[in-house]
Amino acid sequence: MPRLVSHPDEVKVLSRRFGQGAASIEKYIELDGYKAVQNAIAKGEEMQTWIINAMKASGLRGRGGAGFPMGMKWSFVPKTSPKPKYILVNGDESEPGTCKDHILFREDPHAVIEGAMIAGLAIGAKMGFIYLRGEYRYLLNIMEKAVADAYAKGLLGKNIFGNPGLDFDIVTQTGAGAYEVGEESALMESLEGKRGIPRIRPPFPAVVGLYGGPTIINNAETIANAPHILLMGGEAYAALGTERNGGTRLFGISGHVERPGVYELPMGYSLRKAIYEVAGGIKGGKQLKAVVPGGASCPILRADEIDVGLDFDQMAKAGTMLGSGGIVVLDETVSIVEFALRTIKFYQHESCGWCIPCREGTDWIKKTLTRVYEGGGQKKDIDNVQYLAENMMGRTFCPLGDAAAMPTLGFVKKFRKEFEDYIEGKKAGTPVMTTEHDLVGAGH
Amino acid sequence: MSTVTNSIFSPELAARFDKLVTIYPVKRSALIPMLLYAQDEVGYVSEAVIQEIAKRLDLFDLDVRSVLSYYSMLRTKPAGQYNIQVCTNISCMLRGGYEILDHCKAKLGIGHKQVTPDGKFSLEEVECIGACCWAPAMQVNYEFHDELTPAKVDEILADYTKKDGK
Repeated sequence: MPRLVSHPDEVKVLSRRFGQGAASIEKYIELDGYKAVQNAIAKGEEMQTWIINAMKASGLRGRGGAGFPMGMKWSFVPKTSPKPKYILVNGDESEPGTCKDHILFREDPHAVIEGAMIAGLAIGAKMGFIYLRGEYRYLLNIMEKAVADAYAKGLLGKNIFGNPGLDFDIVTQTGAGAYEVGEESALMESLEGKRGIPRIRPPFPAVVGLYGGPTIINNAETIANAPHILLMGGEAYAALGTERNGGTRLFGISGHVERPGVYELPMGYSLRKAIYEVAGGIKGGKQLKAVVPGGASCPILRADEIDVGLDFDQMAKAGTMLGSGGIVVLDETVSIVEFALRTIKFYQHESCGWCIPCREGTDWIKKTLTRVYEGGGQKKDIDNVQYLAENMMGRTFCPLGDAAAMPTLGFVKKFRKEFEDYIEGKKAGTPVMTTEHDLVGAGH
Repeated sequence: MSTVTNSIFSPELAARFDKLVTIYPVKRSALIPMLLYAQDEVGYVSEAVIQEIAKRLDLFDLDVRSVLSYYSMLRTKPAGQYNIQVCTNISCMLRGGYEILDHCKAKLGIGHKQVTPDGKFSLEEVECIGACCWAPAMQVNYEFHDELTPAKVDEILADYTKKDGK
């Protein structure tokens, strides 16, 4: 079972109930649970403004990867709508290197429910969906029990907390294996019982979303912060982080470190300290080679580039992204050629096939890198890979094309010498990949 | 809802499906959960499963097939009683995911998407399963097993060999 970890530098806001049995509704209530939503209801007519102002003041930016300010997203929903409004919690956590929502669903499921309720109150939605990835069946069971317990106590359903006319229903379900469905518009398609292909935007989901109604889609970690923000106040939450990057975040540190795990650190915390202090340094005393800082889609950083703060703006300045907060650490034994190939194999497998630049681009990059990896590479292959990736950028309905192109560009630009040497027969690192077959994805 | 007489599913699952189609604003939304739960019971998504689900949701069989082919967890052939899914994506790869996969192959004598002759086990190499910080990891049906070593895999396989049923 996923092991909980701890470090003195952690600032526990979202994770403060972890390890305390808060999946039980009694325990959750004992630890200030469902207090925030009642405080909001007590504001009466001021409720919606009060919630949205707190979210805006918190500076919380989306924890799924894109980093869009949460308060702003909530305020885009039109006040009145002829169609019902919906809340959609994205728990389709699939970005390689990311397992933070996994631990959140297991340790504090009611925080996700309460967050969805607060979002519902803020925009006037009466129904919310919590969509988990298909592999998380045991977490769906935990969420289903939490939802049933909340219904039994009258916290969900009609007249919540005994307030006439205040209704909120929650439906939980899982997907059935598809990275693409973590993208918001594909997620809505999947929830409507279809193939997970993206929708063109505009219109944005806040205006035309699920079943055609205005919809807020937030990552599970993002929305689970809402009750904490209301309890501590937006400004206090913001003060924990850096400018325009409020609060704390769950960082999953994996790969070649001594103490991998999910740690809650303040936004802007040093990447170097996260690796060397929080996660205990490089496994077995080896040397650091590189870091993928925010899930597989983020451009790689070399060992000499890790003196950077973990927030959206500092990471962008460093030429990469904070992404989903999944920090993957690579030691000196890793072959970047192999790592690049494994990364593009994933995106090629997961491309839904809807947009040609993504479907063909991922396939040709994979083919080219496979040739290089197997020893038949030519020098122009590196330029070809770069050309393909550059031509995928910004040319697809959804960000999967970019998510495949960006790390690819990072690998060939930052480690060009290693690719050139590899082609000339001087191979760095120790290969570990053994399978030759291809995983065949939906789009191919 | 179209009435389904002589359901191929157990009375419990049929009752669950009757409820599932009522909880969404649009009943088609129940399609993916239904396919998963049907697969859990039948072992795979058979022609009969496709036809009954299509009928329950007022869809064409083709609509169901189109969705079915998109999702990697849904299968149209039986797997083993215990389907072993070994992650080899980046975080698992760095901590020995391929070694675990190869160990499973050798131990079970089968390759990717193959089933042992007694039908007990099947094996799959899968993409990230969301257990990156506890790598290397695998799932047996829906159960997670993490921080694996070849010796730990042996114990896990021995436990499942001893178990009967699901």
